[in-house]
Amino acid sequence: MTLQYFLIQVFNGLVNGAFYALLSLGLAVIFGMLRIVNFAHGALYMLGAFTAFALGQLFGLGFWPSLIIAPLLVGLIGMIIERGLLSRLYGLEPSYNLLLTFGLTLLTQDLVKQVMLSRFAVSSAPYTPPAELSGVVNLGFTMFPKYRLFVIVLALLVCLITWFVIEKTRVGAIIRASTENPTVTRAFGIDVSKWVTGVFAVGVGLAGLAGVLAAPIYSVEPYMGAELIITTFAVVVIGGMGSILGSVVTGFAVGVLAAIGSALYPPIANTLVFILMAVVLLIRPSGLFGLPEGAR
Amino acid sequence: MKKAKLSALIATAALSSLTVALAQSAKLSDNVIKVGVLTDLSGVYSELSGPGSVKAAQMAAADFMAKNPSYRNKVQVVGVDHQNKADVASNKAAEMIDRQNVDVLMDLPTSSAALAASEIAKGKKIPVMVVTGGTTALTNDKCNKYTFHYAYDNYMLANGTGTAVTKRGGNSWYIIYPNYAFGQDLNRQMTAAIQENKGKLVTASDATPFPNTDFSSYLLKAQSLKPKVFGTMQAGNDLVNVVKQYNEFGLKQQGIGLGIGLLFETDVAALGQDAFAGALATVPWYWNMDARSREWSAGFEKAFGKKPTWAQAGVYSATMTYLNAVARAKSDNGDAVVKALEGHRFSDFFARGAHIRSQDHRVTLDVYTVQVKPKAQAKEAGDIFTKVATIPASKAFTPLAESKCKL
Repeated sequence: MTLQYFLIQVFNGLVNGAFYALLSLGLAVIFGMLRIVNFAHGALYMLGAFTAFALGQLFGLGFWPSLIIAPLLVGLIGMIIERGLLSRLYGLEPSYNLLLTFGLTLLTQDLVKQVMLSRFAVSSAPYTPPAELSGVVNLGFTMFPKYRLFVIVLALLVCLITWFVIEKTRVGAIIRASTENPTVTRAFGIDVSKWVTGVFAVGVGLAGLAGVLAAPIYSVEPYMGAELIITTFAVVVIGGMGSILGSVVTGFAVGVLAAIGSALYPPIANTLVFILMAVVLLIRPSGLFGLPEGAR
Repeated sequence: MKKAKLSALIATAALSSLTVALAQSAKLSDNVIKVGVLTDLSGVYSELSGPGSVKAAQMAAADFMAKNPSYRNKVQVVGVDHQNKADVASNKAAEMIDRQNVDVLMDLPTSSAALAASEIAKGKKIPVMVVTGGTTALTNDKCNKYTFHYAYDNYMLANGTGTAVTKRGGNSWYIIYPNYAFGQDLNRQMTAAIQENKGKLVTASDATPFPNTDFSSYLLKAQSLKPKVFGTMQAGNDLVNVVKQYNEFGLKQQGIGLGIGLLFETDVAALGQDAFAGALATVPWYWNMDARSREWSAGFEKAFGKKPTWAQAGVYSATMTYLNAVARAKSDNGDAVVKALEGHRFSDFFARGAHIRSQDHRVTLDVYTVQVKPKAQAKEAGDIFTKVATIPASKAFTPLAESKCKL
């Protein structure tokens, strides 16, 4: 194995890392702000990919409009889920929202499967990148798909914007205040429940965005989120539950690590992240970037 | 009280021995032949087999009864879901045989599920016709008196495709395979076929996790190794992902061809045939290979709404072959039917030049190496294959001399 080949794999790992980062970012925002462990995140990611595919099939919409519309639609669905279902469970044990979101996952997967089979007559659908992003580009050290470069750049940009909004703006301050101490925040005349709905919608919107980005790389199928979400949860735990910086950095790092793993010793590729999780939990139970519970 | 119980027991025993006596004098157990299609009705293989396989078996039953009036209303078909899991397949097989009085098991996609059901059926002396499961173990070290392997197996896939691709100049390979029974077996068989034809592997094959969505690491490895052929032993959705990413990384443009271990029509449909164009694969049949196949497929499409995959056509053929054996044996007793099947030679729209080998129960038939056409060359919907070579039944499958089967 040459150094060049090793570098190629590191670079390649950033693509998967981009998906982990986008998904765990949404999970971190939702958990950090609302204390909801959203098991339906993988299904909403799949819904993003499926919506892009369906918009193309039904209305002839291409990749670019779908990249905007699909995450908005998924965000809207998120809003309905939060208002209609999750909000009824606040104050109850966390296991209730875990069960609810898990149930939603099963429901969504089967529903999409039925629609795909009956309406589009496929169980796994093709989706191609837009013409201007298809093909490979010679990076000097390797031939790399243009589209994958685009995914890395866009994911980084979105992560940066999200971090900036939450940490540096007034909107972010309100959101943080609403979750730290809803009673006091309410006393300032802020409608906390509206902000909660908004945060949830943005979080799942990010999952929807990741789904659209994934559609040209992986095939669009009902269970595409099921496997990914497990790794993503591991990423969130490693990064520190609720830490935005942690989820982004860990997301990219795990992507790179898995790529190196599968290049050096393929059978370990899928297990690597869990080994890492176990090690991190032993050394730093609150995750790499997480604060101990008491310090919040 | 005790006396009453005892007499009830004796009465039951007497009655049951009476029913046994009645059953033996009748031609058919419980007066029907019940065909059990044990398949994947909801998961990843449900499109290529599943409900279509159940429909195919029903069509075979209807056609058989029409041709043999003495069997009118005597053949029934039940479809059961095994979810591609070996443990579920075991339980369902036992339940179908014990409670539903099924006389034969059919289809069985997923090698591990096929092996499990075959084991159960052996204990209960019920014939099994494996159509969609691929492992060669079924007719090799795990063979048994009641199991027959129809349509295809990993040896035939590897022997057909490995030979054809290597002989056409694709003599250096890099292979990846899913890390479970089917993939490991197919990788072994493919490697052997390539080496037999003086081809070589540029590096040891890589086992990938199963299931898996991202194959970019292996495609980048192929880029740097520059083999003439990138061989993938993945199946179903994993195969679709491999091929999608093979195109994304532009390997074809870099002069690296694609060799596919197991290909179903539904995989091509999932990605569009241009993504597969030029790839070689080996199949036992395809719907538009000739007039006879077209005629049967038209009937299937009318009944089911979709064109048949080769797995579904295989289930029809296997069901008909089984029912004909029942007619010859004049009984649906497992041992009698096995006897009627062994050594039988026949030919139908699906199985040409077929022979049921009595030594290992491999059903040999002519198979075809095909190449996927570009969309522009397709004359109609579903026209995806061009025939490259016909491999005669006698050459397509494991030679008996190499079989470890002891029946």
